[in-house]
Amino acid sequence: MRHRIASILLVLILGGSVGFFVYKTEPKLNKNFETQKAFFKKFPFRLGLDLSGGSHLIYKADVSGVPSGQVSDSMDALRDVIERRVNIFGVSEPIVQVQGGGFISGGEHQLIVDLPGITDVEKATAMIGQTPLLEFKIERPEDEPITIKPGKDGKVDLGSINLEAQFVSTELTGRYLQKATLEFDVNTREPRVSLQFDDTGTKLFAQITKENIGKMVAIYLDGSPISTPVVREEIPNGQAVISGSFTPTEAKLLVGRLNSGALPVPITLISKQTIGATLGDNAVNAGIKAAIIGFLFVAFFLILWYRLPGIIATVSLSIFITIMLALFKLIPVTLTAAGIAGFIISIGIAVDANVLIFERVKEELRSGRSVADAVSTGFSRAWFSIRDSNISNIITALILFWFGTSLIKGFALTLGMGVLVSMFSAITITRIFLSVFNFIGNGKITRFLFSSGLTR
Amino acid sequence: MFIIKYKKIFISISIFLVVLSIISLFVFGLKIGIDFKGGALTEVVYKTSRPNQESLDTAFKSLNLDSILLQPTGDLGYIIKSRDLNEAEHSLLLKTLSQDGKNELTETNFNSIGPSVGRELTRKALIAVVLVSLAIICFIAFTFRKISHLSALGRQGVASWKYGLIAIITLLHDVAIPVGIFVVLSHYYGAELDTLFVVAVLTILGLSVSDTIVIFDRIRENLNNQANTAKTNFNEIVGKSLEQSYVRSICTSLTVILVLSALFFFGPVSTKYFALMLIAGMFFGTYSSIFLASPLLVLVEEWQKKSKKS
Repeated sequence: MRHRIASILLVLILGGSVGFFVYKTEPKLNKNFETQKAFFKKFPFRLGLDLSGGSHLIYKADVSGVPSGQVSDSMDALRDVIERRVNIFGVSEPIVQVQGGGFISGGEHQLIVDLPGITDVEKATAMIGQTPLLEFKIERPEDEPITIKPGKDGKVDLGSINLEAQFVSTELTGRYLQKATLEFDVNTREPRVSLQFDDTGTKLFAQITKENIGKMVAIYLDGSPISTPVVREEIPNGQAVISGSFTPTEAKLLVGRLNSGALPVPITLISKQTIGATLGDNAVNAGIKAAIIGFLFVAFFLILWYRLPGIIATVSLSIFITIMLALFKLIPVTLTAAGIAGFIISIGIAVDANVLIFERVKEELRSGRSVADAVSTGFSRAWFSIRDSNISNIITALILFWFGTSLIKGFALTLGMGVLVSMFSAITITRIFLSVFNFIGNGKITRFLFSSGLTR
Repeated sequence: MFIIKYKKIFISISIFLVVLSIISLFVFGLKIGIDFKGGALTEVVYKTSRPNQESLDTAFKSLNLDSILLQPTGDLGYIIKSRDLNEAEHSLLLKTLSQDGKNELTETNFNSIGPSVGRELTRKALIAVVLVSLAIICFIAFTFRKISHLSALGRQGVASWKYGLIAIITLLHDVAIPVGIFVVLSHYYGAELDTLFVVAVLTILGLSVSDTIVIFDRIRENLNNQANTAKTNFNEIVGKSLEQSYVRSICTSLTVILVLSALFFFGPVSTKYFALMLIAGMFFGTYSSIFLASPLLVLVEEWQKKSKKS
């Protein structure tokens, strides 16, 4: 008897601490959330784009120019480039993933970009499509002077003079860049960006420097000059240094942008989705409301119909819910509207196991067994039905998870997890609770408490 | 058990509902959403008042976007359905909606899906449906492999594969009726066949097969118990098994239906039809395992006996 009570206490304490964890890590429930220890701040619910608002973009990658053996390599390179570009702009928790062109997706290689919090599609696509444009320009030859026409009133409009026109473009651009690195000047400790060109770039750079000794070469970034060094000698090894007056952060950002560089394969945007933040908020609130009301419905039904076991089932259902919520935080599971629906359905399924058990127990009671006996036989007989009825749900969840888009995956994951956790909670927890009531004996009241529904 | 006694009536009700669903499917047809066929959906909410539909419709004509469908939503919003839009077309559409910036609005939702993404999703959905169906058929076959040795003993009974077949017929029934309901909803309320619809169908497959299996399991157990006393009738055993399991069948479905109704009435807008489909699936799944699967089993057994006698 003593160890039974001990195990009940253990379950209650464990369930309570899981609940405490969920409570402590949830800013909405906690007024002092900001002042808490860092540990509790690490586990918020991760909301999908349809709940948090943001943009979901699908790009098609044109891999026709890539040799078949290198397709997956270049897709990975593409993902890295896009990831770097997105990261530079400080989006929180972006997701960039490559979807292979296997049998299932119909041979198309795709790149999927999720940008939480970015609701301006145009801004988002611009952010991703943007390549830093690095250009090398040389001085305009002296025989091509810039012409300045005085206005009608005889004055020269200074604003109209294009000072940049003193430089002309060369063929050398960031396209021929192999690598950019951040370094610090040995003497001045100033940050500078060192560039290494590839073979073609090296040749072009050597030619430019050879032809322009003693003149300025302007390095343009996104259309504006950032550095205009004077060439002292021909540089044959393809190395150049930009030493503008950078702050270390600026230099680092530039290096990042230059290295993210050109895309290894061309991409086109084929699908875009934006969800406003208010719509997401409404969906979250509605989802929570539905979950709470659903739980109350079920608890009400259970207690009314199954009496004492119903109360126990409600307790074990509460523990089931806290375990699920804690798992959502810990794994973490990205919650979508469909995911919340999956979770809500799993609440129903979790009860299913308890109902199976209680109906069996009731039957065993009717056939004249003692309460203790009925409980233990009921459990063992109901197990096969519980197992069988859950297997089909697990099969569905697995296949949906394997083949689904992110929306379906969310549903499949929460439903599958719900089924697995419910098998544990319904059987283990309910059993531990019920076993303690064995001592009550076999009186009329006990029998009343254990029977159910409209029957005696 | 009255269900076995009036089995033909219950089977007829099921047949009637399924036929009705199939007819409505052919008459109304399914509206396929942009998930599968590609296209764009823009949702906007106006700050102060929304312009009337006709003036926007005429303004749209100059946009050259083929057909544009405008649906009012909420008090101040519109949902605009069109073909998939590129950036330029999208901003042009927003400009037109805001009447060249005069009427302030916010875009709450924008979704543009290219035809190739739609094709891919269709492909994936079809593969998922085929795989889930195959997996469930395999699962049914596996579950009922045990009954076959009973019939091998020479006892009057139904072969294992027939249990499986009936389970599959029941499944088709459970999916057909919610689809029929959805078709009617889609015709009158504009619900569209999207990814969630496919998920709903597959979930119904999973939920309803388990219910049928629990009852067949009971029949199997009772057949086992009475293997030696061969006097009892097959349909009596089925009737007894039903009597033992219908309460639990209804109770378990009821709990799932309770949470689903909470989802339908209070849950997010995006999962409303999904919840409704599942409620219908759950309801007919339970109905069919009690009022269709078991009566069919008895019917099959009677046919077997008749063909043996003649």
